[in-house]
Amino acid sequence: MTIGLTHYLAVAAVLFTIGVLGIFVNRKNVIVILMSIELILLAVNINLVAFSVFLHDVVGQIYALFVLTVAAAEAAVGLAILVTFFRGRGDIAVDNVSVMKG
Amino acid sequence: MVLQAYAFYVLAAVTLLAGLAVIFARNPVHSVLFLITAFFSSAGLFVLLGAEFLAMILVVVYVGAVAVLFLFVVMMLDVDFAELRQGFAKYLPMGIVVAAILTGEMILVAMSVAGSGAAKSSTGPLTHVGPFSNAEAIGRVLYTDYLYFFQAAGMVLLVAMIGAIVLTLKHKTNVRRQNIADQTARTPAAGMRIVTIKSGEGIEA
Repeated sequence: MTIGLTHYLAVAAVLFTIGVLGIFVNRKNVIVILMSIELILLAVNINLVAFSVFLHDVVGQIYALFVLTVAAAEAAVGLAILVTFFRGRGDIAVDNVSVMKG
Repeated sequence: MVLQAYAFYVLAAVTLLAGLAVIFARNPVHSVLFLITAFFSSAGLFVLLGAEFLAMILVVVYVGAVAVLFLFVVMMLDVDFAELRQGFAKYLPMGIVVAAILTGEMILVAMSVAGSGAAKSSTGPLTHVGPFSNAEAIGRVLYTDYLYFFQAAGMVLLVAMIGAIVLTLKHKTNVRRQNIADQTARTPAAGMRIVTIKSGEGIEA
C-alpha cells in the first residue's frame, strides 16, 4: 500500500473540481467565490509539489511558492474591491456588479 | 509505510470534505473555518511529501493571514447571506454534471501521466536532495537561479498592498487635515494685514 504520484494527483483533481463547483453554485456570493479560487490554487499547489517530489526537482516547489504569493496578493486585492463595492452599494450581490462599468 | 498510507488517506479525506463544506456551508464564517481546515490538512499532505518548508509557509500565510483576512471581511460586512444563496439549487445539478466530467477527465489524465514520461522512471518520492534539508534545497535554488523572480514576487506583494490600501482608504470630508504646502507657502503679506483704527471706533472684521 504505497502512496504514489497518482494518489496525490487524484486528490488535487477532486479539490480543483470542488473549487470549480463552488464558483458554479455560489454565483451570487463573491466571498465564497474568492474562497473557491483559493481552493483551486491549493489544488494546483498540491500538483506542483507532488510532481516536484516524485520527479526529484525542487523547482516545482519554488513555483508553488510563487503561486502562493500571487494567491495571497489576489485575495488581498479581491477583498479590498469587495469592501469598496459594499460601501458603495450596501450589498455584495454579484449580479449587480455590471453597474461598475463606465 | 502503512502508517504513512493511513495518514495520507485521513489527510486527503479531511481536505476534500473541508473543501466541500467550504462551498456548501450556509454561514460564510463556517466556510472560512472549513477553508482553514482544508489548508491545514493539505499542509499535512505537504509534510507527507517531504515539502516541509512549503507546508509551514502554507500554515503561516494561509491560516495566519489570508484566512483571517477573509474572516475579518465576512464579519465586517453586514450582508444578508440567505439572500445570496438564491439560485443555489438551480445551478447545483448542472454544476455537479460539469464537476463530474471535469474530475473524471483530470483523474484519467493524472493516471496516464503518472505512468509515463519522466514520471515513469521516477524511483519514488525524493524528500532530501543530497545532504540538504528541504528548506536549504529551496533556498539554494531560489536565491541563485530564481533571484529575479523572487524580487518580482516581492514587487507583486508591494503592489497588492498599495492597491488594497488605495482601494479601501476613505478621506472624510468633515475632518480638517494639515496642508503642509499651504503652511509653508504662507507669507506675512498673506497672513496678516495692518489696520489703522480711528480712536473711539471699533473694528469690523
